[in-house]
Amino acid sequence: MFNPTVASITARATLGRRRAVLFAIPAAILIGLTLILRASHPAGGAWPDHVLGDFGFSILLPLTALIIGTGVLGGEIDDGSVVHLLATPVRRAEVIFTKFAVAAALTALFAAVPELIAGLIAPNETKLAFGLFVGAVVGSVVYSAVFVLASVLTTRAIAFGLLYVAIWEGLLSNFVGGVRILSIAHYALGIANAIAPDQNLHAGLGLATSLILAVVVTVGGLYWATRRLEAFSLTGDPA
Amino acid sequence: MTTIEFRNVSRWYGNVVAVNDITMDIGPGVTGLLGPNGAGKSTILHMIAGFLEPSKGTLALDGSPTWKNPDIYRRLGLVPERDSVYAFLTGRQFVLATAKLHKLPDPERAAQWVIGLTEMAEAQDRRISTYSKGMRQRIKVAAALVHNPEILLLDEPFNGLDPRQRLHMMDLLARLGNEGRTILFSSHILEEVERLSGTIQVMVAGRLAASGDFRAIRRLMTSRPHVFRLKTSDDRRLAAALVGRDYTHAVELTSKGLQVRTSDFGAFCEQIAVITRDENIRLTELLPTDESLESVFGYLIAN
Repeated sequence: MFNPTVASITARATLGRRRAVLFAIPAAILIGLTLILRASHPAGGAWPDHVLGDFGFSILLPLTALIIGTGVLGGEIDDGSVVHLLATPVRRAEVIFTKFAVAAALTALFAAVPELIAGLIAPNETKLAFGLFVGAVVGSVVYSAVFVLASVLTTRAIAFGLLYVAIWEGLLSNFVGGVRILSIAHYALGIANAIAPDQNLHAGLGLATSLILAVVVTVGGLYWATRRLEAFSLTGDPA
Repeated sequence: MTTIEFRNVSRWYGNVVAVNDITMDIGPGVTGLLGPNGAGKSTILHMIAGFLEPSKGTLALDGSPTWKNPDIYRRLGLVPERDSVYAFLTGRQFVLATAKLHKLPDPERAAQWVIGLTEMAEAQDRRISTYSKGMRQRIKVAAALVHNPEILLLDEPFNGLDPRQRLHMMDLLARLGNEGRTILFSSHILEEVERLSGTIQVMVAGRLAASGDFRAIRRLMTSRPHVFRLKTSDDRRLAAALVGRDYTHAVELTSKGLQVRTSDFGAFCEQIAVITRDENIRLTELLPTDESLESVFGYLIAN
């Protein structure tokens, strides 16, 4: 299912582009902010929940996942180089799974690992750090599946992703309870909260619901993306 | 020995018909797909390569459909027109990666063989981003050939090549065709097709305008009527002189000058100077009006 050649090309293409610098910026902000707050509030308080939970799960994780997830395949589709990959007998499911795996791994590296580092820097929050790390890893996986799908569905995947993150997750899911069942951030928070219970995380979903929905969305997203890639078309030259 | 079979294949985009009811077989050897821009050549190649579904009809390689059938890529190589490759890789890395994607038993050896074949050995360790247009074209051909396919499809392979590179590419394709492979390339330049392929398929506005031996089609093209517009000191007298000649099809006096339709391009060009001199007429303009490819192809459709 995992193709090392596809993975190697994808990783080089993703990290080699100039926008790879973008991945490190939100992570650096999170760690920098944590360092500043720790220096100014050495006794702790509620700030780690807000910085790691709110900033980490509302901005760092979804934006990193968006840039990487829409880029791993979307970049090749946009510039046409995907033809060289698709004109080989590699199964489309293998292409999608490998692209997704690379996106999830890089997102975890640039979003979940900084969450863990920031959590360990924050005073007395080791358990929270671990919970947020696991939640962020799950979030990286689900977001990557959805954003890889978006990149094969539309050439405006980044716009779609921004609308989803800002409007659906950032706005609606905080006011309308039912919306949370389609909010990846809430799956991640639900899992983090199950490991390190904390009211300030505002987790709207339980562990079982979060896990089941995370699996359903990931598997469904990858299946749909595979079907779309199987029908990938090059536009010709209409007379 | 592979045959590409089209049976009543059409492809449309919304209301625009890109390919209209094409039935043809393309067998081993080099076949040129000739037609003006927008004639449907790329659509044809993309359908054969499994990157477009025919809206109607069937398209198969020896009976196997090409759409949603990645197994065809074991037998088929595609060189797309678009110049996008993984520019951050070196030529060798790109070809080697393609060999690995094909799961070849010895990808290194296959990559070296095809890099040699396309004369890219010297530049193989440079990044593709530093390549000229011709080198990119050759490295794309190398990647498309690395699994030694029976069918090679090339979309406008000579675009951007200098004359030496063009000759080299022609030699390579001719050699591959002589080995029994089915080579299909598209071009909008008559001379490219003429030099390389005995068999051509002429596309115009989505339709197959002519099909078969190049020489027969070339004869049809050169014997078509040619139209000239002339400006002279006495259009009416020259019209009278031309009407008597057997190579003159029609003469028309227009506000822009004299319009002459002739069946013999060479004889007309040779005689017009003699006639104007003998008739003491001053010829100030002689303009062929329908030498565009579109008019040549339009004539083929009409006939």
